Order: sequence, then C-alpha cells, then structure tokens
Amino acid sequence: MSLLNEEVRGQLSEVFEGMGNEVTIALFTKEDNCETCSDTKSFMEEVSTLSEQLNLEAYDLEEDSEKAEAYNVDKVPAIVLLNADKKYQGVKFYGIPAGHEINSFVTGIMEVSGSGEDLPEDLLEQIKSIDKDVDIKVFVTLSCPHCPGAVAKAHKLALLNDKISGEMIEAQTFGELSQKFNVSGVPKIVINDEFELVGNQPLDKFLEEIGKIN
Amino acid sequence: MGFEFDLNVKKKDSFDYNKVYDLAIIGGGPGGLSAALYAKRKGINVVLISGDIGGQVADTSSVENYLGIESMTGEEMVKTFRKHVESYDVPMLDGTKVNEVKQGKEKILKLDNGKEVKTKTVIIGTGSLNRKLNVPGEEEFNGKGVTYCAICDGPLFEDMDVLVAGGGNSAVEAAIDLSKTASSVKLVQRSVLRADEVLIDRMNSLENVEVYLGYQIKEIKGENSVSAVITKNKETGEEVTFETRGVFVEIGYTPNTKFVENLVELNDSKEIVINDRNETSEKGIFAIGDATIVPYKQIIIAASEGAKAALSAVDYLNKN
Repeated sequence: MSLLNEEVRGQLSEVFEGMGNEVTIALFTKEDNCETCSDTKSFMEEVSTLSEQLNLEAYDLEEDSEKAEAYNVDKVPAIVLLNADKKYQGVKFYGIPAGHEINSFVTGIMEVSGSGEDLPEDLLEQIKSIDKDVDIKVFVTLSCPHCPGAVAKAHKLALLNDKISGEMIEAQTFGELSQKFNVSGVPKIVINDEFELVGNQPLDKFLEEIGKIN
Repeated sequence: MGFEFDLNVKKKDSFDYNKVYDLAIIGGGPGGLSAALYAKRKGINVVLISGDIGGQVADTSSVENYLGIESMTGEEMVKTFRKHVESYDVPMLDGTKVNEVKQGKEKILKLDNGKEVKTKTVIIGTGSLNRKLNVPGEEEFNGKGVTYCAICDGPLFEDMDVLVAGGGNSAVEAAIDLSKTASSVKLVQRSVLRADEVLIDRMNSLENVEVYLGYQIKEIKGENSVSAVITKNKETGEEVTFETRGVFVEIGYTPNTKFVENLVELNDSKEIVINDRNETSEKGIFAIGDATIVPYKQIIIAASEGAKAALSAVDYLNKN
C-alpha cells in the first residue's frame, strides 16, 4: 500500500529533479519491538523510486551491527543520508520523518545531493572553524510546523563540518530518551547532551551554544 | 498507524538579488499571500519574503469561519493559499526574515541570511507573536511545560493533566484539541470567555475539560518542569493552585513590528498605524493584517487587507 498520495508523489519527483548528485538512504530497522519500522521502510522504499538519483540500502540494527556502528546508529527506525561517495556526513533521522518532518527529510536529501542553500561567507567560515566534536539532537513531533526548520539547520551544520553531526528525533517514538532530556516543547535542540535550545532558532544561536562546549 | 505528509518544500527559486523589485511583501500569512496574488495579477514584479509561510494559520487546528470553506485544518488552508499564489510563479523566499527596512526611492530590505533585496514599494504583513503571561516561572519553564503551540506540543502531554490559559477562540480550540490526548484539561481565564459560541458549546460537551473563569494566573511552579499553576480567584481573593504538567498559553498576540519600530509610526500597542488605503507614515510602505491597527485579527480580514494594500501599491507605482 502506498503511504504517499499521488499529489505528494508528484511534488516530490519534481523537487528531486533538482538533486545535484546521487544520495543513498541507509535505513536501519529491526524485526521486533519497533512499532514504526515497517511504515518507515515502506516510506523509504516508496521515496527511493521517485528519483533515479536516490538509492536505498536497508539494514538490520543487529545483523548489520558494523554498519550501524560506522554511522553511529543506536536505535531504530533510523535513516542515514550518504552522499554520492557513500560518505557519512552526520545527517540522520531517528523515527519516521512523516507529517511536517517530510520537509526536513526532503531538504536533507537536497542538501546531501549538493543542491543546498548558500550561506553568507562569514557564517560559513565560522561553522568550518569549529574544531570540537558536536552532536546536535533535535526533538520533534510530526505535527509541529516549526520543527523541520530546526532539523534542517542541525543537518546543515553537520554537512559543513565533519566534526558535527545532526539528528532528528521523533519524541513520541523515542519516549524514554525524550523524558531523559525533559522534552515538553518542540523543537528542542540538545547539543552534546548538555546545552539546550527551545524553538526554531537561527544558526547564530546554534553557534552560540556550540561555543559553550569545553 | 496512519501518517500524513505535509509537504511544502518547493523547487529552488531563481531569485534575483540584483534586481529592483516593484513590490516586496514581508510576511507569508494570509495577508501577504493575498497581496502577492493581487500584485502579480496586476503584472508587477513582486517578491514575497517570509520567515514562516502560513504564519499563525499553520498552527491552527481547524478554521471554520472563512467564507466558502466550512471546515479545514490551518495547515490545509495554508497549502491551498500557497498553491494558488504559486500557480502565478511569485518568487518566494521562505524561512527568511527581514531584519531591517531602509527607506528611500529604492527601499532596501536587509535579510537575516546576510543578503539584501531592493524594491520600490513594501508591504509589511509580519503578523503577531504569542502574547506572554508575564508571570514568574513562565520564562524559566518555557519548553519545560510552558508552551505556546498546542498542535506542536500536545502530543507530548498524552495522558497527562494540562492547563490552557486564555478564553478566546485559540484557547478554546486548544482545549478541545488537547482533550483528545490529555487525561484532563483545565481552561483558566481571568475574565469571561470571548470565544465563538459554537466552540464554547463543543468544549462544554467534553467530559475531561473543566472551565475556570475569574482566575488570574500569578505564578508557574515546578522543579525541573512545570508541576503547578498558582492563581487568584478574582472574586474571593483566595489563592487557588492547579496541579498540572503542561501550561498552554493562548492569551492572544502582540504585533511583530519591532524591526520597523524606528521606521513607521506605531500606536501604543505597537501596531503599525495605517490609513484606509493601507499606507503607513512612510511613502511607498504599506502594512496589513495583525501587524496593523486594523481591528479584529481574523484570517479573512488579513486576506482582504492584503488585496487592498496590493492595489494601493500598484496605484503608487503608477503615480511615482
């Protein structure tokens, strides 16, 4: 059964026409205890048929533990976007990127394909000069219109600097983790499990928090 | 389990930063989108710059008072508006805010992406932002139980007791919406309900919603997250504490006009002063919708103001 309707399929195909290079979607699922794994898999299978530039590689979290480790995947469903050289650049989604998050997913694909938005020079310089390991978690709900913007920014930072990784985390799918980080408003941005921002903040604010890392 | 997909990414715009536009519209709510439609149909070069296409409408669970549309989710409505405007190929810069507007024969808009847009006329339709309670604890627990977006954060309070502050349409709608997932909802309002009768009736029919009128919120308390709201009963003067995990603040809006406060005339409520042709105190700069002194902040009113301002701007361009 198709998850996407005809209209959305058409729109997605059109957007993907603008992809620069190929992108590989590395999907991690597991057989048991994963409520959204099969839907996420169907969704990814469907999306990957919408452009010749999109490839899908499906992995099992346990059976393919080496791959999971290589991409630093520790829970499922997880989606990792790899560039044309199949390089992992720190762009990840935990949980199905449905609802509003389809927008951050599409933006992620476009960015990884090389057809991303340009940033002004000074901001680029600032991002590229970060020399600490940075992990950005962005907690979202699928009904949140402001969340995809925050996810896209975390991913943008990850793409511009190898030391940075950015992940969307769907708060309801990963309830325990959300509780651990006291998520009761989204988007909630957690940097290196320590520094927190609430709301779709501008890149400057991300950089400000990153600056606080020792 | 069913999933919906609210796609609104579009193909990359071939936006030209070197061009001088006839009209730049700041804001992508119903007013801005309607202005874009009218302007483009008049054949002028228009660009729309928006931090968040749809604005507050996108956060509204359901709209039932727009003529011709019996009931539609805010999201769906935004999509419908946007699709209509896009069918005319209006260039849109989405996710971009304007930090400053510089007046002149050619006006310059400084964007938050570090770039500039040049234009002969401007329509400001930046809407409004959530009004805050301004009580102790509100800032501290923002994102830790205090929230301003019921549709965003409602799912995080499944099977919990929550409280909605406010008594207008958005508060009552939030209470109705939250009642579906929360175990109980308390609607607390300092005066009377100002919402539409149909909404109030719907809320009153729900078993897990209780309404408290005449209670002024004094403080939000908790440790790591919200645990209670302290109120004062305005009649008896007695202090009443409501235990709650979530506080959904829906007490109206405050105009989003800070970026032009030194440019155009504002009233005491920080609304942009306009005349009946949507002209501001500055030549060639027009304003619409919730950001202005126009009474009643409604989708249909913002949309019609947008149409009016676009026609005013076209008139101005013809004369200057």
